[in-house]
Amino acid sequence: MANRIGIKVQNKVKEVVFMSLLRGTLAKRKLDQKIAKLAGGKKKSNGVKRIPIKTADKMKLLMGRYYIKAKIAEKDPDQKIAWITSGGPVEILHAAGVTPIYPENHAAMIGTTRMADSLCSVAEDQGYSRDLCSYARSDFGSILSKKSPIGGSPRPDFLVCCNNICGTVTKWYQELQRIFDVPLIMIDAPYQYGDDRPEAIDYVKAQLQEMMDKVGQITGKPIQWSRFEETVYRSKEALQLWRNVQDMLAHRPAPMNSFDTFIHLAPIVTLRGTPECIEYYKTLQAEMQGRIRNGIASVEGEKYRLGWDNLAIWYKIQFLAKKFGEYKAALVVSTYAKSFCYEAPYQDEKDILRTMAANYIAGYINHGLDYRERELLEMAEKFHLDGFVMHSNRSCRAYSFGQYELARRMEEKYGLPTIMIEADQSDTRSWSDEQIGTRIDAFMESLIARKNAAAK
Amino acid sequence: MGGPYFAGVDVGSATAKAVLVDAAGKLCVHVVVPSGGNLTLAADKVLAAALAQADAVTGDIAALIATGYGRESVAGRTRSVTEITCHAKGAHALYPDARSVIDIGGQDSKAISLDPTGMIRKFEMNDKCAAGTGRFLEVMARTLEVPLDEVGPRALTADRPAKISSTCTVFAESEVISLLAQGETVERILAGLCLAISQRVNSLATRTGMAPRVIMTGGVAKNTGVVRAIEKAIGFPLTVPEEPQIMGALGAALLARADAAK
Repeated sequence: MANRIGIKVQNKVKEVVFMSLLRGTLAKRKLDQKIAKLAGGKKKSNGVKRIPIKTADKMKLLMGRYYIKAKIAEKDPDQKIAWITSGGPVEILHAAGVTPIYPENHAAMIGTTRMADSLCSVAEDQGYSRDLCSYARSDFGSILSKKSPIGGSPRPDFLVCCNNICGTVTKWYQELQRIFDVPLIMIDAPYQYGDDRPEAIDYVKAQLQEMMDKVGQITGKPIQWSRFEETVYRSKEALQLWRNVQDMLAHRPAPMNSFDTFIHLAPIVTLRGTPECIEYYKTLQAEMQGRIRNGIASVEGEKYRLGWDNLAIWYKIQFLAKKFGEYKAALVVSTYAKSFCYEAPYQDEKDILRTMAANYIAGYINHGLDYRERELLEMAEKFHLDGFVMHSNRSCRAYSFGQYELARRMEEKYGLPTIMIEADQSDTRSWSDEQIGTRIDAFMESLIARKNAAAK
Repeated sequence: MGGPYFAGVDVGSATAKAVLVDAAGKLCVHVVVPSGGNLTLAADKVLAAALAQADAVTGDIAALIATGYGRESVAGRTRSVTEITCHAKGAHALYPDARSVIDIGGQDSKAISLDPTGMIRKFEMNDKCAAGTGRFLEVMARTLEVPLDEVGPRALTADRPAKISSTCTVFAESEVISLLAQGETVERILAGLCLAISQRVNSLATRTGMAPRVIMTGGVAKNTGVVRAIEKAIGFPLTVPEEPQIMGALGAALLARADAAK
């Protein structure tokens, strides 16, 4: 009987979620059409036909299914949901059968669909400062108003916060704990100035062990080691595929660009450790191999190659892709997409937890300037870059801090010009088409003049 | 007079400028008019005025490059180029030893550093507000009831600058009013405003790295108070061209000529 009611509830939830996803898609399509109409009416298209990436359709399904499953889990008392930071050890949750929800991924969706301004305002009206990260603000706004492209995130049973991405998440998750009154598991991942310190790795390893125990207590079922191992190996395989895909962008012309990788990030962030994630990146990898074989370029007639630093500007991806595309400039690598590669120097098959700990402190933004300089330089060499585009992101101090110094080093030490774009990842109120467009135009004019002079 | 001419039209937020150069690159005429609300109209007007001065017709223009905030509104343009490239080009053409350019216009300010060939090494622009720009000075001059062209000379007579902590146009206006209420002299306030602008420009200049010779362009270069304050802040003397406002249009005209030579 209980089971039948369960199925009824499940079907109802499926229907509701499907409808809200559909509404979201339709709203997005309407918006796209409106933008296309506006752009078409004012500016001439540069006449470049883009061959879309087919795997993107698969992702919409994959992510749609993921959110539907999460909404169903919310109604099922036997299933647990945990909200987790983007740099959190999600493998432990997947191994425990817990559904992970990413407020940051949800906020990126809010940014892409241009709902951030109104949701941030909801939070600001409650007294959250406008200087607070726009992801945090739109998350709070969505919780308070129950609005978002998917009608709000399913309620958490507990929270997992790892501060390897910024200090803001610490306070953000404490606030979530206060709002939902649920347990909070905090993983402290110390900032690394030079090479990753062994004692820091041991410190994080001990916390991961503790997290496994706590998650077992919350779900009432201790995590099986064999299942955990299997999850970690799946995660490893998916990460390798994701790295392969990004490395393919070193090919000239690049088969896709960084703006595409921002979109294709979602499964590696949310679903690494699951078989679907591996399947997804296998498909994407195969498609990229095909595009390279057939000479399909992301930017037709690619002439210049640039690297991107910091989070995506979710509401201006099309604007930026078009703007750089007009100059035949392709963005081919980003520190942002690479942040989800987890490539720590320390890897030990026999000590999975320590390897995991090493990977979780090894992220780009958990490191000091010298490390970042090395990373940027490696990217420039490997991807044959002509310069960098740095998004000075009002919301993300951890990422934006030190960018001017990095830009100076790139310019003076390696002759790599940099443009700084002052914006915000999802709050459009920090954006100006005219001003940023002019900056990009001026940057490309001087980059092209310089390259032409060097060629003479 | 005969053509062909190469035209540069710079449509800024406050004024529209047009320059015609001849086939040898010599500056023939230059005109400055207020932009008003309709940028397309302003562009037409300024170009017509330049043609009239040169006793020429539209057909005499071999190529036209548009620049400035309203560059996409200029009819008949061969192409558009940003004001950064144009100011650099104009300044370098007049002063081949120029290594830096500071430009303060109606709604933005920028610092540009050049290599010895005149190529742009680096540039910085102000962020999305009118702080420290020509518009800022206009608003402050109106609040203080001082004609715009008297702002500089009167600022220079002050014994010390008043402390203005904000270059935000909105906040600074109320700060100025409260300073007046406290009995601060207009001259000291004007000197304080020039200092505030210079500090803001200095941060752009530091980020691009200034080296002499530094050329100052844009309408605000006509304000001696600001010029002296910037010189003090950056530690280099400024060279102000006779007509600082037309540097962008001159650069555009020269680029039009270079395009045609290709």
